[in-house]
Amino acid sequence: MTETPQHHGFGSMRRKEDARFIRGRGTFVDDIKLPGMLHGAILHSPHAHARILSVDTGAAEAHPKVKAVITGEVLAAMGLAWMPTLSGDVQAVLATDKVRFQGQEVAFVIAEDHYSARDAIELINVEYDALPVVSDARTAMDEEAPVIRDDLEGRTDNHIFDWEAGDRARTDEVFAGADVVLSQDMLYPRVHPAPLETCGIVADMDKVTGKLTVWATTQAPHAHRTLYALVTGLPEHKIRVISPDIGGGFGNKVGIYPGYVCSIVGSIVTGKPVKWMEDRSENLMTTSFARDYHMSGSIAATRDGKVLGVRVTTLADHGAFNGTAQPTKFPAGFFHVFTGSYDMQAAHCEVTGVYTNKAPGGVAYACSFRITEAVYLVERLIDLLAAELDVDPAELRLKNLLQPEQFPYTCATGWEYDSGDYATTLRLALDMAGYDALRKEQAEKRARGELMGIGISFFTEAVGAGPRKHMDIMGLGMADGAELRVHPTGKAVLRISVQSQGQGHETTFAQIVAEELGIPADDVEVVHGDTDQTPFGLGTYGSRSTPVSGAATAVVTRKVRERARLVAGAMLEADPGDLEWDAGRWFVRGDRTSGVTIQQIAMAAHGDLELPEGVEGHLDATTVYNPPNLTFPYGAYICVVDVDAGTGKVSVQRFIAVDDCGVRINPMIVEGQVHGGLADGIGMALMQVMAFDEQGNHLGASFMDYLLPTSMECPSWELGATVTPSPHHPLGAKGVGESATVGSPAAVVNAVVDALKPYGVRHADMPLTPANVWRTIQGSPFRTDLAIT
Amino acid sequence: MQVPSHFEYERAADVEQVLALLARYGPEARVVAGGHSLLPMMKLRLAAPDALIDINDVSELSYIRVERDELLIGTLVRHAELLDSPVAAEHFPIFREAERVIADPLVRNRGTVGGSLCQADPSEDLSAAFAAVRASAVIRNAEGSRTVPLREFHVGPYETVVGDGELLTEFRVPIKPGGSSAYEKVGRRAGDWALAAAGAAIWLDGGNVADVGIGLTAVGAAHFVAAEAEEYLRGRPADDESFAQAGRIAAEHCRPTADQRGPVDYKRHLAGELTTRALRRAAERART
Ligand SMILES: Cc1cc2nc3c(=O)[nH]c(=O)nc-3n(C[C@H](O)[C@H](O)[C@H](O)COP(=O)(O)OP(=O)(O)OC[C@H]3O[C@@H](n4cnc5c(N)ncnc54)[C@H](O)[C@@H]3O)c2cc1C
Repeated sequence: MTETPQHHGFGSMRRKEDARFIRGRGTFVDDIKLPGMLHGAILHSPHAHARILSVDTGAAEAHPKVKAVITGEVLAAMGLAWMPTLSGDVQAVLATDKVRFQGQEVAFVIAEDHYSARDAIELINVEYDALPVVSDARTAMDEEAPVIRDDLEGRTDNHIFDWEAGDRARTDEVFAGADVVLSQDMLYPRVHPAPLETCGIVADMDKVTGKLTVWATTQAPHAHRTLYALVTGLPEHKIRVISPDIGGGFGNKVGIYPGYVCSIVGSIVTGKPVKWMEDRSENLMTTSFARDYHMSGSIAATRDGKVLGVRVTTLADHGAFNGTAQPTKFPAGFFHVFTGSYDMQAAHCEVTGVYTNKAPGGVAYACSFRITEAVYLVERLIDLLAAELDVDPAELRLKNLLQPEQFPYTCATGWEYDSGDYATTLRLALDMAGYDALRKEQAEKRARGELMGIGISFFTEAVGAGPRKHMDIMGLGMADGAELRVHPTGKAVLRISVQSQGQGHETTFAQIVAEELGIPADDVEVVHGDTDQTPFGLGTYGSRSTPVSGAATAVVTRKVRERARLVAGAMLEADPGDLEWDAGRWFVRGDRTSGVTIQQIAMAAHGDLELPEGVEGHLDATTVYNPPNLTFPYGAYICVVDVDAGTGKVSVQRFIAVDDCGVRINPMIVEGQVHGGLADGIGMALMQVMAFDEQGNHLGASFMDYLLPTSMECPSWELGATVTPSPHHPLGAKGVGESATVGSPAAVVNAVVDALKPYGVRHADMPLTPANVWRTIQGSPFRTDLAIT
Repeated sequence: MQVPSHFEYERAADVEQVLALLARYGPEARVVAGGHSLLPMMKLRLAAPDALIDINDVSELSYIRVERDELLIGTLVRHAELLDSPVAAEHFPIFREAERVIADPLVRNRGTVGGSLCQADPSEDLSAAFAAVRASAVIRNAEGSRTVPLREFHVGPYETVVGDGELLTEFRVPIKPGGSSAYEKVGRRAGDWALAAAGAAIWLDGGNVADVGIGLTAVGAAHFVAAEAEEYLRGRPADDESFAQAGRIAAEHCRPTADQRGPVDYKRHLAGELTTRALRRAAERART
């Protein structure tokens, strides 16, 4: 990668933000230290389900360094014991009546230092009366299951919602007429995004100005501000949410957590800034998990391998409060893009959401609102079909992939795919892998009794939420603002609503301005993550930054360029309509030597140049971008594994990933996003799970038990690209932040199942730990979401 | 951030001072070496010692050398040092193989051999390795010192014969000609604790097994040893068949418990499989 300090426009350049990160000079929430700042700590429930009989805070309050102890009762008196969730439910801030999952927040201690706060937690005495627990989602709807949400009027069971998409009758018809119908139960287990930086906040209520400032680990500062305004009654201009440097989000930092509310209340109560920063176990046990989808999928096809339809019924474990973060109209997120990349006649899904005694959440970990689950489902079904028909899985995919001329394509569940040339991408991946040679090697190894597997996943994503008429979160439309100011010397400041958690926005967005305005990317400062300084928008998740705010940035820059055209016309004494643009200059058509640069124009726009009637001075512009559709990036992934039959140990030998995310603004950053997502996929497929025992104990509450992959488990990634621009995005770009996380787990699982073919294995649930693989070989797999007995 | 509760802290310069400080602070004091087991437990508040006696400056406890027919390893030797030690590898390749799969470079740079053994975690790797090579441990106290065979060192999970006011100072491993050793471990990923692991040290007499030591960890083997398998092998041909049978015996006699790392049948199978593999490789090495 060569460094180009004066970088104009698109192409690989080093990230502007890395200068501070590699020097340890970033400013994360935990780096915020304010005069007089106090420290909060949370007491968590050891029980998964229990009635609270009493909470005695006397000894904690007597601790010499403790300033306040907040309980559910204290909050209830302020009307704040419960808060709204992003899915129209309520969630306890601090428990009043019952605790409903292990780790639930029960009390909040505020002390002069973190150690004292933590010590005082142990001085609080809570009396519990333990209740029966629902820790297995499959029993949540049983007659005798305890009712978890008895706080809700008239509740008699643990049912949250039923939701369906597609055409049931048509799907039934297609299935009835099919030569081959295959069904498979599969679990996408509960996992956690586990960002390196846990969640936290510094809340500072200034009693003199009446202004609340919070520094918080949030992926959506503006949405948070609006929610705080709605909950507290403070006007928006009296709330400033700052999201400083963020150490990874992956959806974990979309929602509002009890610790945030407690810290804000704590600052109001004490009149001092209050910091609360989770520890690792708190992060794993209480904050937004991902997946937990129990799926029963079926695929219908002709004998010669033409896919006709897919259907699925899903049991969705939402935990004790329905706090899933997704566009409000979609209780199962975008799961219904599960027809994937294939042309088929009909599809239907039913999703039932249930309460269990587990932490709330459900949409996180770079899942593009549950497309991870959808891709996993269809890519496993395609492999099952290939095995059943005894055809090569690559061949079967090539036979069924959508063809370029079918785009824009409306799938059986109603999504309109914008663009794609799928077969070209898959063929490139097969070439890079040396697919035929790999199959030969596999055959040779099998003959020697060695287990080698090759797994393919072809995924289509739907990202960039979203068109206002279809998508909102709690009534807030998903359009993003952007503001571009050009200083007299031609340097620019871009203000955007999305907030980087490591995606490199300060570089990518500067490059968009640079490309559109013909100035060096280093001349563009990107301001983000501060509601007082940026326009409204819904934040960074669901791979939406480039599709939505990237488009807004292109549009606002083009507005500036058009203003510059008018000013240039005045400077050149030419009709603006006669001017042409080229790499940072307007010139009179036909006379390339005549032009003025954007820098000269900027100076003139601020100077004493006589401007034509109706032309304002300066070049600054603002815009709001309401995306006409989602963008549909896609990719072909191939994973090669070896499996040790004696130990069950899987080792990933190769991973080939060809991504098509349309136009690549900074290919290096795109590749970085893909690298991370592929590692995520290996983690989920091979080692990550949050299982629960019968008492609802969380069995993955530290990094000893909840495993993140290391470089030792990751091969040297082999990346490729095809470029099929999005027809409706101003830059032709599509999102890519989650592509690899969405697409890769299926490739790994398909590879392992392929390796186990000699044992007649059709399917195995994630994570494919050595024990799970060995038991699968023995024909007695265990449930990976429960305690192993 | 997880933080421990209050404790006193003392830094000792030599063994005498360690023993004096241990005497002064009494049974609620703990020695801290690398701190990679003790500090996490304190942060999780599973341990709350009154005082920590830091032995990291006691450089007299940090050495690996051969004296007469023994390999001597000071308690303060870091995992990384044992991993990189040519002397240790020359006599006992098992140490390098075990160390390579213990934790990660950060933990290995700091964690000590003695700390690992004193922690006595039932999944600890070096316990199996030291048991296989029939090491013994030297323990100092106010009265003097005593030497305990490794196979009598562990009293139970997280419990050893090192008593209050005592300090483990050294391991001694007898060097005998005609043998070699190997270590086999399976984890869910690099740096994971063992799902099961087996260490084997074998001495050959022509084509037969003259002597053998088999250490097992994470599978509930008494004293980290597969004694019945050792017994079976002694005097038998050093071939695949014997090693497979030894594996079966080792599997039969261990007592693993189920947890999220795996069910009992899997761990038992693994104990046998890894025993066989370790024996095979150790014998191969001994022959060359
Ligand atoms: C992330 C991680 C992964 C790990 N993975 C593995 C693994 O795969 N395999 C494995 O075997 N281990 C593993 N470990 C454990 C590691 O090997 C031990 O934590 C560590 O090396 C123990 O040594 P220490 O010097 O840090 O002990 P400390 O934490 O300092 O002490 C541990 C205990 O021993 C006592 N002690 C220490 N020295 C003496 C002495 N000389 N005399 C008397 N008592 C003493 C202490 O008082 C304390 O009770 C892992 C640890 C971590 C943190």
